[in-house]
Amino acid sequence: MVDTATFASGGSGVVAPTVLPLDRATHARMFVRCLAIQGSWNYELLVGNGVGFCVEPALRRLPGGIDGPAYNAALARQCTYFNAHPYLASLAVGSLARAELDLAPPEKIERFRKALCGPLGSVGDRLVWAAWLPACSLVALLIFGLGAGPFAVAVGFLLLYNTGHLALRNWGLRAGWKHGLRVASALGAPVLQHGPRYIGRIAAVIGGLALPFAVHRAIGGGPVNTAVPLSVAFFTPILAVGLVRLHGRIEGWRIVFVILSALVLYSVVR
Amino acid sequence: MLSDLQVDLSDASVLARLVDLVPLSLLGGVLGLDVVSFPQAMISRPIVAATLGGAFAGDAMAGLICGAALECLAVESLPVGASRYPEWGSASTVAGVLAAQGAAGSIIPQAGSLAIAVVIGIFTAWVGGITMVRHRRLIASWARPRLDRLAAGNVRTMMSLQLFGITLDFVRGTLLTLFMLIPTLWFTDWANAHWNLNADITKAVVVTTVAAVAAAAIWKDFHAIVGTRRLFLAALALGTVGVMLRG
Repeated sequence: MVDTATFASGGSGVVAPTVLPLDRATHARMFVRCLAIQGSWNYELLVGNGVGFCVEPALRRLPGGIDGPAYNAALARQCTYFNAHPYLASLAVGSLARAELDLAPPEKIERFRKALCGPLGSVGDRLVWAAWLPACSLVALLIFGLGAGPFAVAVGFLLLYNTGHLALRNWGLRAGWKHGLRVASALGAPVLQHGPRYIGRIAAVIGGLALPFAVHRAIGGGPVNTAVPLSVAFFTPILAVGLVRLHGRIEGWRIVFVILSALVLYSVVR
Repeated sequence: MLSDLQVDLSDASVLARLVDLVPLSLLGGVLGLDVVSFPQAMISRPIVAATLGGAFAGDAMAGLICGAALECLAVESLPVGASRYPEWGSASTVAGVLAAQGAAGSIIPQAGSLAIAVVIGIFTAWVGGITMVRHRRLIASWARPRLDRLAAGNVRTMMSLQLFGITLDFVRGTLLTLFMLIPTLWFTDWANAHWNLNADITKAVVVTTVAAVAAAAIWKDFHAIVGTRRLFLAALALGTVGVMLRG
């Protein structure tokens, strides 16, 4: 175990008590709570209350326990405004819990908390929302296109996605706890830095393979040299190019809604 | 269960039919909860949620096909932080149920019901996005008078705020699913009976539009990564050849 007492004293000369390793029960409680970190997400505190909710099991180990002033002061600090990607917020949860138990100076914890928001948001968005999630979606479409049944597609997607999802949350919690206020080094992990690039490339390949197969299955399969598959193959790229040109002005789902609503109305009214 | 969902407004047993909608609505609530509040395991993604909706309504395959179509649209919208985005969890449940209703015993949903399920799925996702914003505002207004206690480190206030948000989100998803299913089950039934367009044309339009959105999304999403577009086009060509060889 790394002795952080000197660091936690913040140069004040007051030596903080040595922090015990995060026991399994507390780790499990914090991990499960991290799954609900956005439970009270709102436009004023954002994920702030959720961070307090996740850190709380560790704060019970502060001097005086849940009835002590240290516990209340730490919980109050952790329930203030905070913003981060929900999965990478576990990194903040781990490091903030460690900082509180190391009895780091409150102003230092507050500064650290503010500084974490930006990096955890942007790194998480790039890695998960812009890379991992679409990649897993495209894998699911490929599995569908290759003829798998409902169970295989749904379970295949969930297993793949959540392997990454839960591993990331667990890694974040452990790395945060290990590094405490020095967690910035963990943000330089190769997966966080280079992951989006590699996942993006793989996703592009899977997407390219998935679309023809998924389209073919969705129109009912059968020979490809008939009117329906040929017309789909002809019009899809044209519409796709149009959508790319409209980038940023209108989302594709809105256009699809308008086209298909018109189709439904035309079909049932005529 | 599917046959029980055939809504006829002249029938007196409306209450009994509403009871049939309870498990579907609760499913919509659970899947709506997954989008943001708990546990974000992506059971709310259309390809899973619509399949589950279809399975609950008696036809998982119909739900899967509808879910694959909606997944093509969902690939485009990234659920980033405070931005507004469609809520696909409850919406896909509704769409999956409608697609299953239209399958009427066959494996593949009727072309008309697939089109209707996708349209209503998108509409529900849009309404769901609005309800998510309302939900977040409600949590903020509930928290505002309790901020003093939160600033004093009151654990009960912190816990109650968390539980309030999660419970409210579940109720939001449940009610959204219920209130969308009640009229749309009837509408889908009626529209299927009055569907005049050729099934092949209908399918072609649905699949073309959603596939175009997915292709455009892949093109745009990964544009910042060098070489990605070339990889995508090469894989697309390879996939097309693969389909031709298979077909």
